[in-house]
Amino acid sequence: MSKLQKFLEIGSSPHISSGASVDVIMRNVFIALLPVCVFSVYAFGIAALLVLATATLSCVITEDVLCRTTGKPSTVGDWSVAITGVLYGLTLPPDLPLWMVAVGGIFAVGVGKFMFGGLGCNAFNPALVGRAFLQAAFPQAMTHWSLPFADNRFSDLPGSILAFPFSEPVYDAVTAATPLARMKFEAIQAENPELLWGLTSGSAGETCAVLIFLGGVYLVARNMMNWRIPISIMLTVSIITWVFMQIDPVTYPRPAFMLFSGGLMLGAVFMATDMVASPITNAGCWLYGFLIGALIVVIRFWGAMPEGVMYAILLANAVSPHIDNLIRPRVFGTGKGAG
Amino acid sequence: MATKQVTPTDEFVKGLWRDNPVFVQVLGMCPALAVSNTAMNALAMGLATTFVLLMSGLSVSLLRNFIPREARIVSFICIIATFVTSVDYLIMAISLELHRALGAFIALIVVNCLILGRAEAFASKNRPGRALLDGLGMGIGFTLALLFIGVVREILGSGSIFGFAVLPDTFQTWTVMVLPSGGFFAMALWLLIVNRLKQRETEAAKQTKRALS
Amino acid sequence: MNAPETQPQTSAWSIYRAIVGIGVFCALVIVIVFQSTADRIRQNQERFLAAAISEVLPASKSTIAVTLSDGGRLAATTETLALPVFLAYDEDSRLVGAVLAAEGMGYQDNIRVLYSYSFDKNAIVGFKILDSKETPGLGDRVEIEPHFIANFEALDVRLNSNGDKLDHEIMTVKQGEKTEPWQVDGITGATITSEAIGNLLNESAKAWIPVLERDAMSIEVTPGGGQ
Repeated sequence: MSKLQKFLEIGSSPHISSGASVDVIMRNVFIALLPVCVFSVYAFGIAALLVLATATLSCVITEDVLCRTTGKPSTVGDWSVAITGVLYGLTLPPDLPLWMVAVGGIFAVGVGKFMFGGLGCNAFNPALVGRAFLQAAFPQAMTHWSLPFADNRFSDLPGSILAFPFSEPVYDAVTAATPLARMKFEAIQAENPELLWGLTSGSAGETCAVLIFLGGVYLVARNMMNWRIPISIMLTVSIITWVFMQIDPVTYPRPAFMLFSGGLMLGAVFMATDMVASPITNAGCWLYGFLIGALIVVIRFWGAMPEGVMYAILLANAVSPHIDNLIRPRVFGTGKGAG
Repeated sequence: MATKQVTPTDEFVKGLWRDNPVFVQVLGMCPALAVSNTAMNALAMGLATTFVLLMSGLSVSLLRNFIPREARIVSFICIIATFVTSVDYLIMAISLELHRALGAFIALIVVNCLILGRAEAFASKNRPGRALLDGLGMGIGFTLALLFIGVVREILGSGSIFGFAVLPDTFQTWTVMVLPSGGFFAMALWLLIVNRLKQRETEAAKQTKRALS
Repeated sequence: MNAPETQPQTSAWSIYRAIVGIGVFCALVIVIVFQSTADRIRQNQERFLAAAISEVLPASKSTIAVTLSDGGRLAATTETLALPVFLAYDEDSRLVGAVLAAEGMGYQDNIRVLYSYSFDKNAIVGFKILDSKETPGLGDRVEIEPHFIANFEALDVRLNSNGDKLDHEIMTVKQGEKTEPWQVDGITGATITSEAIGNLLNESAKAWIPVLERDAMSIEVTPGGGQ
């Protein structure tokens, strides 16, 4: 029996030199994310809390159910799926109907993670897979942004959030365009302090650049994240933007605006560094970061959508095994011939 | 089992389930994914393909002794293209709206590997009657599969079936299901179900075999 | 790979015979189908256009297709144009308006529209999208969003005092910011599509309305002509 033996070999990630187990790393990621979550609830009120809780719960329950029905030991206990859920929740608009949050969560874990074989096997970042599905399925709801720091954010719930499952949400709150949308359609750039301290509208967890950055610093200090990826992304974006700003300062924004607006910080620090879906070698990580950065700039400048971090990371995820093949010296190239 | 005569009914039935062109052979994916955004489009595409399958199968079978081996591909493609062009005119004569909805995909029936595959594998080796039965079975199997995908996509994407609203107005439509990517999702869903059923079928067959021996 | 060696070589003659024979057979089939459907297809196309015209200009009872002649004057034509222009008349052969097809680049592909112009109101009074491939759920809302459709119940395209230019060009503004009758109230989330429609109407109106205003009255109405 000659079997077709043409597999794309994907190695597991040696990012972690400390030998820490999955749940220790995940607990640390959780600590790094906590300030971002707290700020998100502070800025957007109970709505954000409900979105985050629903996102996490839907991911955890989906994982548990799928593990049980396929007869595998449940991997809920190692926190990884909970992190996926929280990250996924942080990328969503804070007034998204909860039923959509749940649909996306089920999709994120079911299709983004489980279909590829579960923990450690996903080709794409599951949180972004869930978000990308929602973006394609419900484009209107996914581009509806509520005002941050509304006076009644702790007393009233936006009507949209409790929309009956599968029914169209009715929006009552005032909407606010995100800084990137204002840049794209009205050529207005938000100021640095606004962006750094998260005073603008946007997805639940993407607004406050400083807290996300601090979370990243914490993880790097504990040697639990490959710092090359976010640094490479930020450098690439800054340099390309700076070059274009020199050419035409009216059309193209300043590098700081590009760095601190939209989902760039959240994506660079917490999404692109997904240990399974990013390259293994350090050189590969630089290249991977460069690819994401370049794609972000291309989509934001010349694409139809104002934001492109999600698609940039997903596309780079798809090529990360190929980056490894490209970078890895032939000597270690067990992929060739051995198959 | 192996020596059993293949009856005409078998030729017809195999396309419906056992060798279903979409769910088992996974042929003709381009129209199956692209034109199944509503049940109506899926049905029209399926019927158009069935017509081309029938006519090309019949012609190839009738001309099978006239066509030498070396010239068979060019002859088959020529015959298929003729009937695709005919079906294009026929649909335009039936309804311009339908023609517009199906768009470029009518012309692309010509590259549907299902049709060339049946011409090559079956019609060129069998009598016209059998070729017709085979084409009809495959065509109906293809139409049913498209319809299955189309119904799922139309319900979720537009809240209706064949244009009739089946869900309340407040239903939030899933834009992605109308887009081409929705075809992949609906297709994957049906493949999952079909493969599960097939798996059960073989398991059940194994068990009865064991019980008999 | 051994098959060709064991099989006898087919003569070139039989290959030619088969290919030519099948070519003739196929040509015959196509000619027969084309001949038998041509009438129906033409009727369908005429019916489709007539329905679209009466939708954008209900008062229209008969139409004459017009085009620009070599001298830059308006003249009746019998040709089928890619972007036809019609003068529309009521039962008493009085001019009630003009119906124009226009085309422009949208977000995904060209958008084709049909719109009607009223000589009394100096405004666009009817609008229908003939063909668009805009994103479902976003761009295609230009076909269903009531406030957007309401733009074309009376969109001001009056000419300046010289009669050679639009007094104000048509422009698309952001949703809810329409203040003037020549502005198109856009759709949030379908910015590019709604701007594309404003632009293509502006281009078409700039080119045609001065000509129509100047020459439309002088076109002879042939009794029983048009559709």
